[in-house]
Formats: sequence, structure tokens, C-alpha cells
Amino acid sequence: MDLKNLESLSFFYPELILSGTILLLIVVDLLVRSQRTLAILVVIGCVASLIATFDLYSAQQGWLFHRMIILDNFSLFFKIFALVAVILTVWMSLGSNEIRRVHQGEYYTLLLTCTLGIFFMASASNLLTAYLSLELVSLTSYVLTGFLPHNRRSSEAALKYLIYGGVASGTMIYGMSWIYGMTGSLDYAAIQSALAQPQVSRVALFMAFVFILAGFGYKMVFVPFHMWSPDVYEGAPTPFTAFLSVASNAAGAAIMIRFFFPGVSHMVTGGDWTFVSGIEWPQLLLFVSMITMTVGNLCALNQRNLKRMLAYSGIAHAGYMLMGLAVLNNDGLQAILFYVVVYLIMNLGAFLVVVMIANATGNEEIDSYRGLAWRGAVLPAACLAVFLFSLTGLPPFAGFVGKFLLFAAVINEGGTFVILAVVAILNSVISLYYYAKIVKIMFLDTPDPGEKSLTIAGHNFTLLIPLTALTIVLGIYFSPLIYYTSQSLRFFMK
Amino acid sequence: MEHVLTYMTFIPVAGMVFVLLLPSKSPNLIRWVSAAFTVPPLVMACWLYANFDPAKPGLQFVEKAPWIPAYNIQYFVGVDGLSISMVLLTALLCFLCIFASWGIDKGVKGYFALFLLLDAGMMGVFVALDFFLFFIFWEVMLLPMYFLIGIWGGPRREYAAIKFFLYTLFGSGLMLLAILALYFSADPHTFDMTVLISQASKFGTQTLSIWPFNQWGWGFQHVVWMALFIGFAIKIPAFPFHTWLPDAHVEAPTAISVILAGILLKMGTYGILRINFPMLPAATADLAFWFLGALGAWNIIYGALCAMAQKDLKKLVAYSSVSHMGYVMLGMATFTTQGINGAVLQMFNHGTITGMLFLLVGVIYDRAHHRDIDGFGGLAAVMPVYTGVTALAFFASMGLPGLSGFISEILVLLGSWQKFPVLAIIGASGVILTAGYLLWTIQRVYLGPLNEKYKSLPDINGREMFTLVPLGAIVILVGVYPNVVLDLLRASLDQINQIVLPHLHS
Repeated sequence: MDLKNLESLSFFYPELILSGTILLLIVVDLLVRSQRTLAILVVIGCVASLIATFDLYSAQQGWLFHRMIILDNFSLFFKIFALVAVILTVWMSLGSNEIRRVHQGEYYTLLLTCTLGIFFMASASNLLTAYLSLELVSLTSYVLTGFLPHNRRSSEAALKYLIYGGVASGTMIYGMSWIYGMTGSLDYAAIQSALAQPQVSRVALFMAFVFILAGFGYKMVFVPFHMWSPDVYEGAPTPFTAFLSVASNAAGAAIMIRFFFPGVSHMVTGGDWTFVSGIEWPQLLLFVSMITMTVGNLCALNQRNLKRMLAYSGIAHAGYMLMGLAVLNNDGLQAILFYVVVYLIMNLGAFLVVVMIANATGNEEIDSYRGLAWRGAVLPAACLAVFLFSLTGLPPFAGFVGKFLLFAAVINEGGTFVILAVVAILNSVISLYYYAKIVKIMFLDTPDPGEKSLTIAGHNFTLLIPLTALTIVLGIYFSPLIYYTSQSLRFFMK
Repeated sequence: MEHVLTYMTFIPVAGMVFVLLLPSKSPNLIRWVSAAFTVPPLVMACWLYANFDPAKPGLQFVEKAPWIPAYNIQYFVGVDGLSISMVLLTALLCFLCIFASWGIDKGVKGYFALFLLLDAGMMGVFVALDFFLFFIFWEVMLLPMYFLIGIWGGPRREYAAIKFFLYTLFGSGLMLLAILALYFSADPHTFDMTVLISQASKFGTQTLSIWPFNQWGWGFQHVVWMALFIGFAIKIPAFPFHTWLPDAHVEAPTAISVILAGILLKMGTYGILRINFPMLPAATADLAFWFLGALGAWNIIYGALCAMAQKDLKKLVAYSSVSHMGYVMLGMATFTTQGINGAVLQMFNHGTITGMLFLLVGVIYDRAHHRDIDGFGGLAAVMPVYTGVTALAFFASMGLPGLSGFISEILVLLGSWQKFPVLAIIGASGVILTAGYLLWTIQRVYLGPLNEKYKSLPDINGREMFTLVPLGAIVILVGVYPNVVLDLLRASLDQINQIVLPHLHS
């Protein structure tokens, strides 16, 4: 299916609903000032778009708008993912004192625009749309990061994010220009057939891919493109940090998989992919994966701020996800899809507890969590413990299953990948130390004398309890998610 | 009683949920409810003992259901002679340890909820026959253990808890990789242990071309064996992975020390017998001498010497565990009927005897609030009953004939004499060292002039006796008539042994 502009619109309604919501939001913001009304409008828009997305799922696949974007289960998976993430974030924002101080209308508008950008990132089938969508997500993210008024950290983070983002996307577009020069096209399918010709210089191609990786890597947060993440995580309003930590990561994974797998690789039988011949791509990714998880985990060890620690842990998790890319097969890709879903649940859950505690204590320093369980916040503390152990990868939590699938993909590949698996295991042990340190501070330490009992507002429990339950349930029974991810691994190729 | 093993595993989980729902203001209610939830598994364990057919070598009371079909993961439980002894021990010790925990008064609800979760995890490990299920249960135990040591432990509890956690997670990580390697080597891919055992011949032994394995002549089987072995050796704990044990034991509350020594350590040796032996027989035959036999003998001597040097009574018992688990490893390495039966019997006996020892240390600690061996003296005069029970446990631990420790140690030594006389001699000299440190301890703590500070210590009370009497009775019963346990083991262990024997050279 290769549709022209007008025909495409009938397969484009999730995006249209989302765009309509954004426009409506700007108008409604002028008329009403109640946060709740705006949030409800956002949620209604997102749910409508979600229903529309589900409606398209598994129905049809093909190119839209003259092969600019692609419609298949893989892109729909990430659209659903982004919508769920944004709904949860809006719900979380409603219960956050931080967000109460900012301009609601703009905040929600930008958040939805960012989501729209993720939609295009997941479905780009042309280097031009890939670049534009990535910039759309980045630009809205810069603004949202600096959204806290009169907050130096927030402004500093936004500026750092902007500079790193500028450099990374500049590098990426430079790499893209090399590809265009070598193949004469921006269209993935045309690039793929051009690269099959032996006269394309492999060295130049390798360099171009590495440049492009800089842009994708900065979105997915892996070393050495990770420097922005700790500052941004710390400075941005916490609900947006939560959104960024899962959505940016997932969108980076989506655009990367789309470009490097159906874009330039060839599918061979049995779910294996072969990369452009003459380029040792898996070895590079294997190396990056090892470095990323090790750097992330080692840096997380000594953090004093919980958001910063979660930023480094996010880098480590990006490293784990890269394992699935490095093996170049469908098992690895499915493991990544599975991982982004469980990472969404457990990481959003962890940030939700950060919001709840920050509402009560006013900061996110790890020291302020001392003896939390004995200060009237035993339920949030227990839930945070569940999320942190899940991030470590301990059964019976969902994080274990995610890691289990990644390890399975790596071990199945054998050879040098076994070393990667061993490094990842050692990294899990390191990560246990800092995750358990938080648990220790909450449960094992006694609160400082004179520390008052905390009062936790009820609103956030409505989200906390389901997320915790889901973390446990998906750790024990994950068949439905396995089925859903395997269905989502359908790419449209000509 | 078709689903007896499932009930035994999950009744404590139901108990945990129930305890969490109780009001935390009534600690006694929580204690009694928790105790009530450990009774059904104990009753079922007795029923299991009565209905288990010891003549059949295979699995009994099997339950199998698909769980995650996409990866061929099953819910698969069952017992054979090897696991039933451990299941009995778990049910008994968990029941008794609830009463040994009666004195806990901080966060009672949390303590008993976690204890019941631990109970379920341990039971699950011993009945699971699907590798994935086994691994889940194996890891599920870590969390409650971390909190139980970390919240209710002694002064250095945080250090001990995280050390235990990190060590075990490292081991289980390697184990996970080994499990996956076996899964992908089997055709069709499966986690079913019985199928993996039947496919043991497929797991290659040709030397790998990767350094350093090519130097040692190791193949796929050897590497997987080693990954599993490290995971299990940390739990045993075998030298040099034992350093978490003294810390964890010293800091843990009494009941948790009992569980740790009585059941958790057994999981290491249980895993080796259940998995390494039948699934990787060729590697087992090649590596057993050094990594089980010699290391076991070294554990015996090393643990005993360390125990002798201790000033803290609980640390002494902890190191005596290292020493006694050495006999289990030595016995397994012999591949003789005596040795392997002796090893499993030693696992059972060590559970009961060391359980008693830790309970006894807990009794004195509750009264004197310290465990310094040199800080007592002449306790026999004020606590005669306590001294009598302690003497029974100490004598059993040092292997006095007529008590259970003797039977298992002599079987292990008989077995190893046939294969490795040198190791048998080393192991036997360990008995002398054991007698040395235990008798010396009795002398310093219970005999001699009475320390004036402790002349008004009350003797052991009814609740404490209640926890000790069943264990003491088992110690004497097994010492006099070992067949109550040995009969259960024999057929299954012979079957495991027969799988490995053809691979032994010479």
C-alpha cells in the first residue's frame, strides 16, 4: 500500500485527533483556568486517539503521504506506548505540587506536541521525517525541561539539553547527508536497495552510520551521548522527567530499530537479520552496550539525589536494551519491546513515589528518605522498593522478565555475546547495590529524631497501586505481553 | 491431596496476605495467625512422609501445568527421595521458628509476613522441577531474607544484609546464564528438568577453543557446570565464597539464623545434586574431585579451625556450619552409595543440629545480651536443663555415636575411604578439631566457676523447650535408627549416582 496525501488521511486519524486536541487545548486554556478541566481534556483526547490507534492495529499496513511515514504494527505499538505514557504523566502531574506552579495550558500543549513527535519518530520511513520528528520531540522537551519558573537548575538543565541536543542532531544530519550523497535518496527503501551495490564505500558508510547513531543515541541515552541526562532529569519538573525517561528512551529505540533493521538490513529466515555486508555493526553495538551499562551503573553508585540516580540507572537500562539490538534478530527486538513496556511501568512508578515524597518534604535528596517506612509512608516506601527491585531485575517482578528475555536473546546468539551477558550480570549486581541502598535508607535506617510524620495526599495512590500491582503481575504472568510484543514486531517492507 | 505440594508452597503466601490485613496493634494475634499458617504445611509434610513410596526412585506427587507456553515454561512440581527430606525439614523448621520469633516486638506484622514469604520461597525451591520456576523461587527468598536480617538484625545488620544479597545475586546471575544456555541447547527448548536430564548427552564436552578453557580442556558442559556451581557454592557456602555467612549469621535474629543454616545452606548442595549431577554428568565426573571432594575436605578443616578461633558463640556455630557442609560436599564427590547417602543425610542432620545450636545461642543471648564465649562460665549450675540440651546438641554436632551426626559423617567417611583415602583422613581429622572447639566451648561457657554476674539467670522456659524438643528427638531417633530418613533417600540417590558413574574414568 502506497498512498497519496488525501488517501492517507483515512489512516491518519490518531494523529489528527491528537493535533485537534492540541489546538483545542490552546483555545480552552484562554477560557478556563482550572487545571482539572485541562487535564481531563488532555486525557479525553489521548483516550480517543488511543482507541483510534487500537482500531488500526493489525488492520492494514503501508506507506502514507508519498512514502514519508509508514503504518504498521511496530509504529502503532510505539504510538500506543506514547499515549499510555502521556496519560499516566498527566495523571501524575495532577498530583504534583511542582506542576501546580507552572502555566497549565502551555505545559499540557507541549506535552501533547512531544507525544505527536514520538508518533512520527515511530513511523518515519524517510530520513527527512526521521530528522523532523526527532527535532519536534527535542524542541518541546527543551522547553518543558526549563518550565519551572525562577528555578536555576531547571533553566540550566534546559540550556544544557539544548546544546547537547543541537550537537547531536547536527552530527546526525551530517551523517544523513553522507547517506544521501552515497545513495541519492532519503527514502529508507531506496537507501536499502542502493546499499546493496558493492561500489558504496564501506568505510564512508560506517562513518555515516556512526554519525547517525549519535542522534539516535542521544535520544536513547547511551554513552558517550548521555551527558545531558543527569542534569535534565534533576532539573526538569518530576512528572516530565518521568515522561522523558520512558518516552525518549522508547522513541529512540523505535527510530533506531526502524532505520537499522527494516531500513538498511535484510531479513533472512528464522527472524535473523543481516546488516549491510562489510560493516561490523553488531561488534560496535556490543561494545557500546557494555560501556553504557557499566558507566551508568558506576556513576549511579554515589548519587545523593534520587532523580539523578534514576538518570544514571536509565543510562544503564539503555545499555541493557542495546543488548537486544546488538544480536540482530527478532528475539532481541521482541525483548526490547517487552523491556520498554516494563520499564515504563516500573520507572514511572518510581518517579511517582518521588513526586509523592517531594510533595511532602519539598526535595528529592536521598537523605530525606531516611526511615521513610517508619514515618507514616510505609505504602509508598514499599511500592518504591518493589519498583527498585524490579529495576534491578529480581523476580517475581516485571523487570526480571524483561532482563530474562534480553539475556535469552544474547545467550541464544552465543559466541562473543556470552561475554556481553556476563558483563550485564555483573552490572546487575552493581545496580543492586545502589537500588538496595535506597531501600536500606527507607526501611533499615531509623528516622532522624525530630523528623515529623509525613502526610501523603491520596490522589497519587490511584496510580501507585495499579502500577505496583502490574509490576508484580507481569513478573508472574507475562504471556499476554509476550503475545502483544510478538504481534507488534511486524514491519511493513515492500 | 492431589495438589499437596502446591498447597504446601502457597499456604504460607496466603498467610502472608492474611497477616498483612491484620491490625498491627495486636501483635499476639499476628503471631498466632502466622503459627497457624505454618501448621498445614507441617501436617501435609507428615502425610507426605507417610504416603511417599521409598521404593520408587522417580518423582512422586507430580503436578504439571503450562504457565508461559510461548517459552515452554511450566508449573511443574514433584518430590523424590532427595527433595522430600528437605521438604520435611523446611516444614518443621519453619513451624518451630515462628515460636522462636515470639520475642520480636518491632514491626511484628512485617516480620511475620516476610517470614511466611520466605517459607514459601524455600518450599518452592525444593519442589520445583521446572528451571524457570526453580529460579523464581530461588530469588524470591532473597528479598525477605534481606529485610529480615536488615531490619531485625544486630548492630551491623545493614552490612550483613547487603553482603548476603550481593553475593547471592552474583551467584544467581551466573546461574541464570547457565539455565539459558541449557534451555537453548535442548531440543525442543525447554526448562523442564526431567527433559533436560534425559537430554544430558546433547550437552557437548568437546574442548572449547576459547582461552582459558582450551588450556583446561573444558567443554560447554564444564563451563555451564562451573556457572551453576558458583551459584550453588555461594549458598553452601564453600570456600572462598563463604565470607557472607559469618556476618549474616551473627547479625540475623535467632530464628533467621536457624532458617539460614538449617535450610538455605542446603539449597546449594541440593542444587548440585538435583541439577549438576544428572544434567551435566560428564562434567561432574571430571570436576567432582577438585571442586567437591578436595574443596569439601578443605572446608571441613578450614571451617573447624576458624570456629576454634572465634570469641563469639554465634560466629563459632556459623563456622561450624562451613565445616559440616564440607562433609556434604566430600560425600557427594565419592559417587558411592555410602558417600552420597551420607551427604544427603548430613544435609538433613545439619539442619536439625545446627538449628538446635542457633536456638540455644538465642536462648542465652536473650538472657545475657551478649554472646562472648569468655564472658560466661559455670552456667551449668544455674541453668541445668539448658546445659543438658546444649550438651546433646554439641555432642550430636561433633558426631558422637548414638546421635544423628555420627551416622552421616561415618557414611561420608566410609564412602570417601573407598575413593580418596587421603581426603577421608583429612575429613576424619576434622572430627577431632570439631570435638576440640566444641568441648572447649562447653568448658568455657558451662563448666568451671560460676560467673557471679549470671547467678540469677532463669533456666530455659517452656516456649524455648517447645522449639528444641522436636529437634532433639529427631537427633536421637536418627542417631539410633537412621533408616527413618535413609530409606527415603536410597532409591533416588542411587538413580542420580547411576547417571554419573558411566562417565567416571578409572
